[in-house]
Amino acid sequence: MDMLNIALPKGRLGEKVYDMFESAGFGCPSIREPGRKLIFENEETGVRYFWAKPSDVAIYVERGAADIGVAGKDILLEYSPDVYELLDLNIGKCRMAVAAPAGFRDDRRKTLKVATKFTNIASNYYNSLGRDIDIVHLNGSIEIAPILGLTDVIVDIVETGATLRENNLEVIETIVPISARLIANKSGFRFKSESIEKLVNKLSEKAEIRQ
Amino acid sequence: MKTSDNIRSEEQIISALRKLYESMGYSQFKMIKFEEYDFYVRNKDYLPSENIITFNDTNGKLMALKPDVTLSIIKNSPDRPDELNRVYYNENVYRVSKGTHNFKEIMQVGLECLGDIDSYVISEVLTLAVESLEMISDDCQLSISDLAVTAAAVDRASVKPGIKKEILRCIGEKSRHQLLEICEKENIDKSTSGLLCALATLHGKPGEVFDSLDNLLPGSAEVARLRKTVSALGKDVSDKIEIDFSFVDNINYYDGIVFKGFVKGIPNSVISGGQYNRLMEKMGKKSEAIGFAVYIDELERMFSGSSDYDTDTVVLYSKNTDIALLSEKIAALRSSGKRVSVMKKIPDKYVYGEIINLAGGEEK
Repeated sequence: MDMLNIALPKGRLGEKVYDMFESAGFGCPSIREPGRKLIFENEETGVRYFWAKPSDVAIYVERGAADIGVAGKDILLEYSPDVYELLDLNIGKCRMAVAAPAGFRDDRRKTLKVATKFTNIASNYYNSLGRDIDIVHLNGSIEIAPILGLTDVIVDIVETGATLRENNLEVIETIVPISARLIANKSGFRFKSESIEKLVNKLSEKAEIRQ
Repeated sequence: MKTSDNIRSEEQIISALRKLYESMGYSQFKMIKFEEYDFYVRNKDYLPSENIITFNDTNGKLMALKPDVTLSIIKNSPDRPDELNRVYYNENVYRVSKGTHNFKEIMQVGLECLGDIDSYVISEVLTLAVESLEMISDDCQLSISDLAVTAAAVDRASVKPGIKKEILRCIGEKSRHQLLEICEKENIDKSTSGLLCALATLHGKPGEVFDSLDNLLPGSAEVARLRKTVSALGKDVSDKIEIDFSFVDNINYYDGIVFKGFVKGIPNSVISGGQYNRLMEKMGKKSEAIGFAVYIDELERMFSGSSDYDTDTVVLYSKNTDIALLSEKIAALRSSGKRVSVMKKIPDKYVYGEIINLAGGEEK
């Protein structure tokens, strides 16, 4: 039997996803053993799991190293991988938002300076508003950019808003809600459709998942 | 017939495909290397990307290295709507690779039928597409859709063009949850949203899919036409076919029947094609057209690593070796199907299956 290759995002979200997959009949007990191993197989259930950096899951799936995987909607919007987006797993929920120092006023006569890790999402959003922007691509600690005067606003993922509050920033606009999505390779989906659809159907039975 | 252990090389596949198309009366279309840049700019909506390699020719005209073959074939073929012109090509195109954002030379083999396209011609092209896939591997599948069916369903939603585009994107991603979200936001009625979700997720053998479609779109002329075309295919071909409505890219280019071919182990489609009557019309032609391209560059992945060795047999010789004996040995090895490398010294990190040492004058 052909193994179903599944890329999971390393970390808490990935562990939660694995629990869901296990209860859908796609278990692989060795994954719970402590250690630094990254690839796990269970011939009985026909699955091979591997832990990948969350932002890389879509690449593994698009390039066919994984048949399916779980990636955040933020990554799918940012990189537009050529994959199927089969399910909204409704976990890892947060939102992509614009945040600015409290009391910020957007002066439309000036180019808006935006700090973000998500260059494409930010430029698509401001393009849709017809707003001229200057993007400063940062890889982390985005919150400090407006505090230090590097940019006017930031575009970033907001979960609880605690980091923003502690840095005297506030959400001024929500761009899009984010959650974890089940994605599939377009070719792999055809040759392993039986097991992929079995997983999709089992996961859909859970009330919290929107198919 | 090929299995994953017995895969042809790229060159063998290209040559086999040419023979296949010639056996059905297709003649080779030799293309000019460059076209005027202006030609592609006028038709940029039909190109996969606006990035084109340009240069000035000797009289200052801005020229382009072709990013696409079909446009050139349409432009340079006579427009005879009552006849059928069958051509195939084997050409390089120059496109920007998605991963590296650099230009890449891509080898494409494909065929086009221009003129009077009827149900028979469509079934001939679908059959050749399946046979082309089988040249690559037996583990293959041709997925067929009809953009007329998809367009009719999307038109039922009566929404703005921007939203239609979004709906098509969701169908292309087989994303039921995103479709439901849009339908809810746009107040699209339940039966239409159910139909759109079904089109996104429906796929399978023609019989099963048509049964579902009869319930979803009763009396649809578009479905009847698709059913007629698919049922005209021979059994060998039908076994490799599935119906799938999630192909909605290149909707500017294609209309009517569209298809993509997949081979197990290759992550992207290796064949893409369909009817492009709208494109013909926009280019001022009265003829209809259908065709497909085989993306030879996608096959590279299957061939890499097919051999563990740089060569099967290394034959070592020196100035003391009897050349006649050496030649005889090489001929024997080659006739047994082995790849032979004859050398005086083995380079570093050179990997070989076996070694025959004739350096001392005799075999050791």
